[in-house]
Amino acid sequence: MKKQTKKETPLSIEPRPQNPIESLIRMERLPHMWCPGCGIGISMGAFARAVLESGIDQNLLSVVSGIGCTGRVAGYLRLDSFHTTHGRAIPFATGLKLANPKLKVVVYSGDGDLTSIGGNHLIHAARRNVDLTVILVNNLNYGMTGGQFGPTTPHEAFGTTAPYGNYEYPLNLPYLMDVCGANYVARWTVYHVRQLTRAMVEAMNKDGLSFIEVISPCPELYLRRNRLGDALQEMVYLKENSRIQNGAETRSVAIEQKRQEIIVGKFVDRERPGYIQAMDEHLGKAMGARYQRPSFWEK
Amino acid sequence: MPAKGPRGKVHTVADRCKGCGFCIEFCPLKALRASGTMNRGGFHFPEIVTPDKCSGCNMCGMVCPDFAIWSEKLISEKDESES
Amino acid sequence: MKKTNPKAKDLNHATADPKGVLTGVHFMNGDQSACEGALAAGCRFVAGYPITPSTEIVERFASRIPTVGGVFIQMEDELASSIAIQGAAWAGLKTMTVSSGPGFTLMMEHIGLAAMLETPCVIIDVQRAGPSTGLPTLPGQADMMQVRWGSHGDYEVIALVPNSPQECFDLTIQAFNLSEEFRVPTFVMMDECVGHMAERVVIPPAEKIKVFNRRYTTLPIEEYLPYRTGKDLVPWFVKAGTGRRFHITGLTHDERGYPTMNAEAQGKLVHRLVEKIRTNAEQIVRFEEEDCEGAEVIVLSYGITSRVASRAVEMARKQGIKVGRFRPIVVWPFPEKRIRQLAGMAGGFVVPELNYGQISLEVERLVAGKVPVTLVPHGGGTVHQPEDILRAIREIVRL
Repeated sequence: MKKQTKKETPLSIEPRPQNPIESLIRMERLPHMWCPGCGIGISMGAFARAVLESGIDQNLLSVVSGIGCTGRVAGYLRLDSFHTTHGRAIPFATGLKLANPKLKVVVYSGDGDLTSIGGNHLIHAARRNVDLTVILVNNLNYGMTGGQFGPTTPHEAFGTTAPYGNYEYPLNLPYLMDVCGANYVARWTVYHVRQLTRAMVEAMNKDGLSFIEVISPCPELYLRRNRLGDALQEMVYLKENSRIQNGAETRSVAIEQKRQEIIVGKFVDRERPGYIQAMDEHLGKAMGARYQRPSFWEK
Repeated sequence: MPAKGPRGKVHTVADRCKGCGFCIEFCPLKALRASGTMNRGGFHFPEIVTPDKCSGCNMCGMVCPDFAIWSEKLISEKDESES
Repeated sequence: MKKTNPKAKDLNHATADPKGVLTGVHFMNGDQSACEGALAAGCRFVAGYPITPSTEIVERFASRIPTVGGVFIQMEDELASSIAIQGAAWAGLKTMTVSSGPGFTLMMEHIGLAAMLETPCVIIDVQRAGPSTGLPTLPGQADMMQVRWGSHGDYEVIALVPNSPQECFDLTIQAFNLSEEFRVPTFVMMDECVGHMAERVVIPPAEKIKVFNRRYTTLPIEEYLPYRTGKDLVPWFVKAGTGRRFHITGLTHDERGYPTMNAEAQGKLVHRLVEKIRTNAEQIVRFEEEDCEGAEVIVLSYGITSRVASRAVEMARKQGIKVGRFRPIVVWPFPEKRIRQLAGMAGGFVVPELNYGQISLEVERLVAGKVPVTLVPHGGGTVHQPEDILRAIREIVRL
């Protein structure tokens, strides 16, 4: 093995020990299909470190993805992982969680998937405060299909289906999740890897719905079409133009223009009862002795 | 605090690299540079300039989208503060 | 003389959990009875969305399940319901969703997913008249081809059609058992009349109800692959949270469950998805026939229409016509072998249905021109007049 590595890459620095996060990645599937400089891999690395740091039982951790570039995350993680249909990762995850609350269920998908075709499910999962962690990688356009505009694309940015610029306005996702009732709402960029990892640990330890928006460069499509530079320039841009403002009013954190300050931080952290607790307590109260808690809910 | 010898160690798997340059850009100690050679995919993967510089902070590992580089501390934080 | 096809191989391995079985003699409608069937079969998770005329099923489940120990969740739409049940199935539960016409249309996406992931789950469609919103409170039978072909791509399903509240109970249990055994989405195709008619329903004691429990893999982690199968072409199941770290995808996949984007993998996968039902079809099909061999005319009908047709058959017999009755109980897979046989033994077929020709096409295909096949179409909204069916019978015998 060592020999082989040396042969193929003569300048490889040292025979390597394993990257600590490799235990969580289906290495046999690498290299992954994401473009050079795409931030999804960074977010996935952050997630893997969050899993390791949190000490969560990996055998009881499930990841559910929808369709699209970020939708491929489920396929690369060495966890029970489900690659479902476009936009429907959240309802699949809801069923999974309710059928076995011992599972930590993480929905990992993209902006087009979760907010456009899956927008209704996102809203209602937050309203119900279902015990899920939703990690939404926002690359500001549809990547897998070639760079069409979507509900997160900034005003006047270009996409293949907005060849003269986008005359719509994008969603402010933290605000949406806040008003719908999610327990935890944060936004970080893939530049903020440490904070992102910490947020993922926090989110996975919350009951109710926790939501993290991860701003991520899409160099080959969004950045190129909008002449915003390459991936590296975008990372530097994210570093220099993000402002950490924990507890910011979510209504003030919209990303509407191609170039503007990006407010990042933990915006919402509250303790409304999660869906399972609410259901269990309410039925127990309303039905008294007639209520049978599902046997598959027992710890 | 000046480092006595290397405090960290960088590992790379060159063939996984897609040449984005994030590790080089965001290394706080500027210990990395792009190699003059290319890997199997035709990308200039990172290499360490001066191994002594590496603090093992793993910023390179955290910003790498391809799990191609990471670093580890050779001396724990505790040992370091004691010395 | 009434007979059913020889009893298929005894599928069932266990008896019902008594907690879900409302043993006794009841007067209830088909919707309520189907709900009891699901509970008796061991269904402990329903995700649903209200739609007439299927709503009574979810209403009853919502009321009953907290006393049995299970979960009901009302989702935001049928897309969500039809995939939430699959999440719950992959956590190990027997699951069901329920809908009618427009909602059933929305579920097509996840019928395809269930076929692809091989998720055991039951979907009840209480058919109403369409297309579109149509007649929400009135019957139709025009989803019979949709259930077979509605999602894109090639796959097979199992669909059962009850014609009484009692059968809504019995066949819902059967649907669960078949779904668990073959790992396909399995359907109970009711219609508004059967759903809303109330009759005597006998629910036997739990120990008399046979259920098929899911077959979980027992292979060690290193040897197990989620989609490796034996001769029966049905992979054994694995559920989340058991340390196997498996991956499943709606993309074309190999035995490992990993996406495999080529024609060879596609061919292999689709072949198995189709063949696991086709090769086992004789074991799955169920029908009821009466005096079909040597009949001048066979009236083939299902659901509520089979009850209307009985009246027409009686009338025809009074006029001296030798009429047989044939009722598919499992409609997909269709009883192909038997229909081919009967095509050589009868003078013709009359197929009344509450649509403009769906199951009649299947009969025509199998009869292959040997004898006439007459569709008695109906747009839905009510049932046929027996006289219309009688007229078609008389036309075949040229009376």
